[in-house]
Amino acid sequence: MKLTVNGTAHEVDVEPEMPLLWVLRDELNIKGPKYGCGVAQCGACTVHVDGIAVRSCQLPVGDLEGEVLTIEGLGSPESLHAVQDAWIAHHVAQCGYCQSGQIMQAASLLEMTPQPTDAEIDEAMSGNLCRCGTYPRIRAAIHTAARTLSEA
Amino acid sequence: MSRIATLTRRTFLVGSTAVAGGVAFGIYLARKPIPNPLLDGLVDGEVALTPFVKIDAEGITLITPRADMGQGTYSIQAYLIAEELDIDPATATLSPGTPGPAYHNATILAEGVPYPAFDDSFVAESLRNFMAVPAKLFSVQITGGSSTVPDGFDRLRTAGAIARETLKEAAARRTGSARGDLKTQDGFVLLPTGERIAYTDLAAEAAQIAPVGDVSLRPSSEWRYLGQSALPRLDMARKCTGTEVYGIDLEFDDMLHATVRANPAIGAGIAQFDSAGAEDMRGVHSIVQISQGIGVIADNTWRAFQAAEYLDISWDYPEYPGSSEGLYQELEAALNAPETYDHRQRDDGNVDRALSGGDVITAEYRVPYLAHAPMEPMNAVVRVDGESVEIWTGTQIPVFVRDRAARIAGVKADNVEVHVLPMGGSFGHRLEMTHVEQAVELAMAVPGRHLKMTWSREEDMTHDYPRPASVARARGAVSDGQVSAFDLSVSQSAMAPEWLERLSGRKLPGPDASITTGSWDQPFAIPDYRVTGYRAPSMVPVSSWRSVGASGNGFYHDCFLDELIHAAGADPLAERMRLCMHEPSRKVLEAVGEMSGWNGPARGGGRGRGVGFCMSFGVPCAQVVDVAQTAEGIRIAKVYVAVDVGEVLDPTNLEAQVFGGVIWGLGHAMNCELTYEGHVPDQTNFYDYEGMRLYQAPDITVRALTNGPSIRGIGEPAVPPAAPALANAIFAATGQRIRELPLNKHIDFV
Repeated sequence: MKLTVNGTAHEVDVEPEMPLLWVLRDELNIKGPKYGCGVAQCGACTVHVDGIAVRSCQLPVGDLEGEVLTIEGLGSPESLHAVQDAWIAHHVAQCGYCQSGQIMQAASLLEMTPQPTDAEIDEAMSGNLCRCGTYPRIRAAIHTAARTLSEA
Repeated sequence: MSRIATLTRRTFLVGSTAVAGGVAFGIYLARKPIPNPLLDGLVDGEVALTPFVKIDAEGITLITPRADMGQGTYSIQAYLIAEELDIDPATATLSPGTPGPAYHNATILAEGVPYPAFDDSFVAESLRNFMAVPAKLFSVQITGGSSTVPDGFDRLRTAGAIARETLKEAAARRTGSARGDLKTQDGFVLLPTGERIAYTDLAAEAAQIAPVGDVSLRPSSEWRYLGQSALPRLDMARKCTGTEVYGIDLEFDDMLHATVRANPAIGAGIAQFDSAGAEDMRGVHSIVQISQGIGVIADNTWRAFQAAEYLDISWDYPEYPGSSEGLYQELEAALNAPETYDHRQRDDGNVDRALSGGDVITAEYRVPYLAHAPMEPMNAVVRVDGESVEIWTGTQIPVFVRDRAARIAGVKADNVEVHVLPMGGSFGHRLEMTHVEQAVELAMAVPGRHLKMTWSREEDMTHDYPRPASVARARGAVSDGQVSAFDLSVSQSAMAPEWLERLSGRKLPGPDASITTGSWDQPFAIPDYRVTGYRAPSMVPVSSWRSVGASGNGFYHDCFLDELIHAAGADPLAERMRLCMHEPSRKVLEAVGEMSGWNGPARGGGRGRGVGFCMSFGVPCAQVVDVAQTAEGIRIAKVYVAVDVGEVLDPTNLEAQVFGGVIWGLGHAMNCELTYEGHVPDQTNFYDYEGMRLYQAPDITVRALTNGPSIRGIGEPAVPPAAPALANAIFAATGQRIRELPLNKHIDFV
């Protein structure tokens, strides 16, 4: 089975029902997307498929159509995406475990809605659970990233 | 040959004073110098100046032994050392170090003494210091109890200062100058000539001289990092780029992946199991029965999960009730029964007389079992090879993990190496070690290979060692518009003794303070005032949950106080302030009033405000929650928080911890509980254990005061006042007094 992740083509020998999350984590050693619930209730596994945020724990790899982008492909410590930059500026992360998913969800939101209102942020981000309670700073960071991206 | 720096003079003075009263715990043992675990792993050219700083030619390592589960401990420990060492901590390597007695936590046990935190009398202080002795004896390297900052504030800075002065001494001897003429900056000793010598260049010479123990700490006015706003968290960039390596992310070439299904009645056995079909599933390496359940070893986590689901297992049942109904019956039966009396640490005035006639106000309260449910499910990587065991995991109790693994594998504790990893949350879950025990047993089945054991979310939720459920009965009276009598009884299983016995095998005698922590120790002067704890039988195994005893007791104490204040016709904020006899606590109440523009609880139009107050872990915290009743249910509009931590080291992270504590407290109060049927929790994943979502998160304003006499931690104290402030606000908005959590059993939320 072939798939493209962060611009690199891979071939994996797995059953088609294996969720994309576990192909990424255990077959390709791409560990940014996290396992949190396995049932699309927490969003820690969020990646982009052709730019759309999806829950990789619920996407059988056999049904994958399109290129996959994970947090590692969005930006790196040396070359941050505007959303990551805003996250750091607002000191968002606590344990950080959900933040890969939060950032991928936020990046997708800003792709579709460059200047989201608080209501639109609530709508887009409420499927991403954070047990540490970083929500106030997530909201603020999304507004900052929106400004940065609109000025770019 | 390296020399061990004496632990700071100040610590030893305090320790020695404390030890003088500590005959029962063994003064001689406690007085022995604590072995320095860093010396074991040192190679030539390295020198351990103190247990918290390691310098070699390659660089500087700061040892940050308190584990980071998201609360920022690695950063703050590094900043505390770096402030005195004179380095930029971002240029150092951070290591949690090798678990060992030098990293014992003196503060965490001190919180268990039977004196409230606001009592700084000689007796209370002596007993707190005295408790530092068993911490050393038992090697209690524990992260918890909001203790990292109070425990490390002097110790870590002193470690940094000893290291700095010793490096200066080495430079002085090399250059023939006087140490007093030298300065330090960003990892260099500065000579009067303007020449600079790197610390790394001085390390070997510093190893040859006695450490300089005569150091004084800089006043806060000279701090370069501590106290500054927007102090960068040293793990922030990694956590925002997916590059932080949690336990679940570890990868080794030869690694096998495993999962376990164990009896949800933790500790009870397996009646029978059938693995037919599962063994033949793709990628399955083996199916192994271990003492607590059945493990599946496979070549991929998902394949292990799939095969585990396929197992057909029937469990043995323990003797305690299997249903919520039965569990609460036991809690109710223990309440106010003479034979289950545990302790009464508050008994002011004469409550029996005060409540023997006239109008007595009574109320029944209860709080549920609650899962910790950190985002990262429990996991551990273990390799067992002959006589040695190596463990990589996120844990708050590395010494207990080491010793337990040694016992399971039948090796010496010295042959067990524990690597503590950053954790995707804990909230107290990682004060337990079942997952490590299971991983060790499974790794023993595949000797020589790395094995990663990961719990599914469902396994994690059903083996959570939850916050204990409890029930409370409250009685009180008012007179002349004031609260005059308050009597609270709480019944709960003995959480702390059960936990310590699970960990250490030692029975802890005496009462379980956790039953009433957060209610007996509140800084109020009510004329007739009593709090009594009753010990219900051991049932569901329970453990510490963010804010521990205060999580339930804060709700009981403050909600019932609110009821009495309402009955007295007094103002909720003004009457709390009038009753408060502790100045820093009164000040946080005053501050939250000012911040919220307090003008009474009722706001009209279905809006209302509630005050919540609790002092926990020595931190008074007051909150005002502002709610609105809407067509979709209660909406939490705004929260104001004032806390007093004595001294603020990292204002940005303090605010984050308060945000987190408030959201944790409100989210669970809204909609979380574990209920039981047939010994199995009904809630198994986040769809039925939701907590707060972003759309429900209120705007939160935080003010930190510094009137308290000593520095305190902020990981937990914002939790306890949130639930009562919310319930009191709902009462103000709707007239409905809810005395049971979660609140959504009685009212809808947006």
